[in-house]
Amino acid sequence: MSLENSVGNVAPQRFCRNAPLALKGGGQLPSFELVYETYGTLNAARSNAVLVCHALSGSHHVAGTYADNPNSVGWWDNLVGPGKPLDTNKFFVIGVNNLGGCYGSTGPLSINPETGKRYGADFPLVTVEDWVAAQACLADDLDIDTWAAVIGGSLGGMQAIEWSLEFPERIRHAIAIASAPKLSAQNIAFNEVARQAILSDPDFHGGHYAEHGVVPTRGLRLARMIGHITYLSDDQMDEKFGRNLRNGEHSFSYGVDFEVESYLRYQGDKFAGFFDANTYLLTTKALDYFDPAYAYGGDLAAAFARARASFLVASFTTDWRFSPARSREIVFALMHNRRRVAYAEIDCDAGHDSFLLDDAHYHAVLRAYLENIKV
Amino acid sequence: MTPIRPRGAPLAPLTAKERERFDFAVIAHWIPEGEHVLDLGCGDGRLLRYLNESKRITGYGVEIAHESVLGCIRNGVDVIQIDIEGGLSGFEDRSFSHAIISQALQAMHSTERILNEMLRVADEAIVSFPNFAYRVNREAIAAGHMPVSEDLPYEWYDTPNVRFFTIADFEALCDKLGIAVRERLAFDAFGQPVTDDPNLNGSLAFYRLGRA
Repeated sequence: MSLENSVGNVAPQRFCRNAPLALKGGGQLPSFELVYETYGTLNAARSNAVLVCHALSGSHHVAGTYADNPNSVGWWDNLVGPGKPLDTNKFFVIGVNNLGGCYGSTGPLSINPETGKRYGADFPLVTVEDWVAAQACLADDLDIDTWAAVIGGSLGGMQAIEWSLEFPERIRHAIAIASAPKLSAQNIAFNEVARQAILSDPDFHGGHYAEHGVVPTRGLRLARMIGHITYLSDDQMDEKFGRNLRNGEHSFSYGVDFEVESYLRYQGDKFAGFFDANTYLLTTKALDYFDPAYAYGGDLAAAFARARASFLVASFTTDWRFSPARSREIVFALMHNRRRVAYAEIDCDAGHDSFLLDDAHYHAVLRAYLENIKV
Repeated sequence: MTPIRPRGAPLAPLTAKERERFDFAVIAHWIPEGEHVLDLGCGDGRLLRYLNESKRITGYGVEIAHESVLGCIRNGVDVIQIDIEGGLSGFEDRSFSHAIISQALQAMHSTERILNEMLRVADEAIVSFPNFAYRVNREAIAAGHMPVSEDLPYEWYDTPNVRFFTIADFEALCDKLGIAVRERLAFDAFGQPVTDDPNLNGSLAFYRLGRA
């Protein structure tokens, strides 16, 4: 990856809140911590802050690298940096690891102050609403009253949407990319298969695998393999792998014959090596539960009535996980309320994962929109 | 409607820029202050920006071309990237005061559907198009060639236009679709209003349409 216009070396910071946070699903966290990173400089008017929300497997490490590991490039480094579309010469950009995450924010790997042991499966199910509430605590701590923008792809876009509904006065622009106003039955079905893969792993131990000194690697690996299929488009998979054979001939065994099998196994192994199974489980549930229209009898337009932000909604033509039609639902609900919204449907053959790529037109759209934001 | 050039000024065909300004002024004249409009085939959003700056009119543009969508976003115009050939499903009934299609209807296939959809989502439709029966165009055909002019600036082999129709044709279609012509303005290639036989003397036609 090119390090041109990089924000350079970065270091995570830690925000501790020593007050309870009530959770949507009931109960509360007695206290919590969030790890976050910042890029650029907060201006005197404190009007140039942009929150970047991560998706299922993302983290607070959005841009730049860690000094001790030159390969640790942030997950949205192609977007964030000096002179890049989300320009750190103009904006003060914040990436935060959400509650329940496994990159340092309070989550299943943290010690439960009430028991002195890791939360594990006892960590409460947190929702997109809870994430946004926790992010708002961080914004308070940083004395950021209003975000110039909240931006995210996929599940990150849902957080941008939720910000506009939960704190309408605290967000001027919401940028929701490859996102959806709620999961479809098919989306939930894929999540459920991924969860069952983890839950049925003998090493899962009801979520308390840490106490047994094991990790449900097989389940996590399978969950990631399933997820990965939904991130790519049929065409792109065909182009990338086709029916190419790993060893030039059919082996007539259950070993790896096709390149696509090798790829999925590699992705699964890699992911299972660092991601926490409980975080994966609760994050897929957060996705499933996200549905701002639910409290309005399914009327998304009614849900958006309180939004005040201007929106940029973008989708990708080959994304079948959150197809363009799902983004259009958001757009029509905003139009019903006469909210400001621009909607771009971008030709990109990489499916759902397109939002992480640097397709020229896609980045031009983001750059144009971000350039017009006054700070 | 006042002509763009004072009477007595030397008569030369309007330049592209003048034509655009003229087009915008005619459309703005028909929309009251502060209304909420939909501009179909909005290009880079210049008409919407003009309407907003001159009359505080809000609304959305609709475009299919990627470069135009990018242009709208650069211009700070709210644009929805959708192919209107498939209709306007998702757009609510009567959610706009006006639906506009400026110099773009001739470049679309589903003429009837688009006109019907415009009058579903808006109380009034505003349509402007080049009149293919304008005298100069007829002369070109009579001389054996497809017309090329300031208002029809394309060769037959590179034109984005796919529907070639006249003022008379358009009004017959409106009649068939139960669409009422509430107002019509026609102008010659010099920007002068035409009242005498507009199908022959009008180069550009503007319509304010409603349900009959």
